[in-house]
Amino acid sequence: MAREQDTQGMDYLVSLPRRVVTVYLPVLVFLVVLLFPFYWMVVTSFKPNEELISREANPFWIVAPTLAHFKRLLFQTEYPQWMWNTMLVAVVATFLSLAASVLAAYAIERLRFRGARETGLAIFLAYLVPPSILFIPLAAMVFRLGLFDTKFALILTYPTFLVPFATWLLMGYFRSIPYELEECALIDGASRWQILTKIILPLAVPGLISAGIFAFTLSWNEFIYALTFIQSSEQKTVPVGVVTELVEGDVYHWGALMAGALLGSVPVAIVYSFFVEYYVAGMTGAVKE
Amino acid sequence: MERLLHSRNFLGLVFMVPAGVLLLLFLTYPLGLGVWLGFTDAKVGRTGAWVGLENYQFLLGDSVARLALFNTLFYTVVASVLKFVLGLWLALLLNKHLPFKAFLRAVVLLPFIVPTALSAIAFWWLYDAQFSVLSWVLTRLGWIDRYIDFLGDPWNARWSVVAANVWRGVPFIAITLLAGLQTISPSLYEAAAIDGATPWQQFWNVTLPLLTPIIAVVMTFSVLFTFTDFQLIYVLTRGGPLNATHLMATLAFQRAIPGGALGEGSALAVAMVPFLLAAILFSYFGLQRRKWQQGGTDA
Repeated sequence: MAREQDTQGMDYLVSLPRRVVTVYLPVLVFLVVLLFPFYWMVVTSFKPNEELISREANPFWIVAPTLAHFKRLLFQTEYPQWMWNTMLVAVVATFLSLAASVLAAYAIERLRFRGARETGLAIFLAYLVPPSILFIPLAAMVFRLGLFDTKFALILTYPTFLVPFATWLLMGYFRSIPYELEECALIDGASRWQILTKIILPLAVPGLISAGIFAFTLSWNEFIYALTFIQSSEQKTVPVGVVTELVEGDVYHWGALMAGALLGSVPVAIVYSFFVEYYVAGMTGAVKE
Repeated sequence: MERLLHSRNFLGLVFMVPAGVLLLLFLTYPLGLGVWLGFTDAKVGRTGAWVGLENYQFLLGDSVARLALFNTLFYTVVASVLKFVLGLWLALLLNKHLPFKAFLRAVVLLPFIVPTALSAIAFWWLYDAQFSVLSWVLTRLGWIDRYIDFLGDPWNARWSVVAANVWRGVPFIAITLLAGLQTISPSLYEAAAIDGATPWQQFWNVTLPLLTPIIAVVMTFSVLFTFTDFQLIYVLTRGGPLNATHLMATLAFQRAIPGGALGEGSALAVAMVPFLLAAILFSYFGLQRRKWQQGGTDA
């Protein structure tokens, strides 16, 4: 609470009209610009086709809202299947990455084995390798391993960007847990595994949630690997499916496209809205370290 | 066995196995494989033979590849500068005493968390040559008399994709810089105000120096991910019109996956690495944390 007061600082010295022009107005403009595409997605996905292509009517409002686009999307395309694929891949990849990251972060931060520092640095460097450099050789590997066009290709490759990030984040969290707790447990005869599962993990729950939801949204949003490694429609994820399957020739079904974009954004938006604080903590934590 | 389980080095190794195997197999190995492929004439379904620098020589003489390099640099520089300026401004605004602060912060981050491929589709519709709402508004205002061909003209397309990238990137920069701003003690501003510093001087002499370390990190990430951007371009223009928006990543994809020329695509992807290293080194040495900022002496 004291902090809240502090951030007000000397703002009270600025007169109201001045605040309106220098603060409220710019914030409003930012908000309108940042949110307009979402408003536009919603409006378009409920608009009947005649209204979509009319240049005369006011485009910002819907005269006769319709669910036709959603109906088409859910019953005439493989959209539900893409949703399920994305969910499955994101959840499995997230849990796999978290498990590997917890062990790695604990080893680097607490076991301090020989070379732990260098390993930590290598993990950070791995975090800086962008997927657009890796996707071609990975495609060659995926092909040779016989994983092409399967969900395994995605489940196994997503950890390449999830593990470095999650490990880095968890290292920061583990560092903040007092070492004394661990020493007490060691004296009482606990094994390292017991210490990790009974002491460290319960204390690191906020860190696990941060890393988990961040990993989930990253996997949900992933595009280039899913585009490269998947070919058949029934294996596609939502972002790739919407972009590649809903566009047929030159006829754009804008309503269905927007409905697809909207529905595909909802799961991440829901997860995000429940855990905003954790998400922001994860994002800023990863940058600050 | 008992002794082994108590040895830190042995246990550390065991704990590192899952992450280590995953990263070595799917990150380190492909990185090396990519460099190797760049020196071969590999095609899809055929292991290539060593051709030395032939791919790179070919790309140097290829006008499309050179254009892609120009586009990538233009896209990265313009979008990064805009993202930085707007992001910093938004962070400063959000750091003021505002109603519904937490809610505002949550809403501002939305463009960043939504899948880029999906928000890019919304932009595609916003940029439509016939039904763009932006053109509709501008015609009603009387500013233009014909609908703008956002993605059909080379320079229009370049600015349009930059705008979409900035829209997506500003929230990330604003929120991370906001976290940095919140760590600056208000007493510093009070002291500066008592000494008669104007708000501009306070920003220039207090805020900016204290924010430099976090700016360096955030902008490194931003430059890195803008330079290697793929999905926004793929969705909006697929590199067109006339390759005017092809980035190195999209060109590498086009040559390697639909085109089947794995070697050439890899060479293009590897060609991005020196630029990325330069960006990282620049931010590390140019903007890194100065010692005096933490009470030490400048080394």
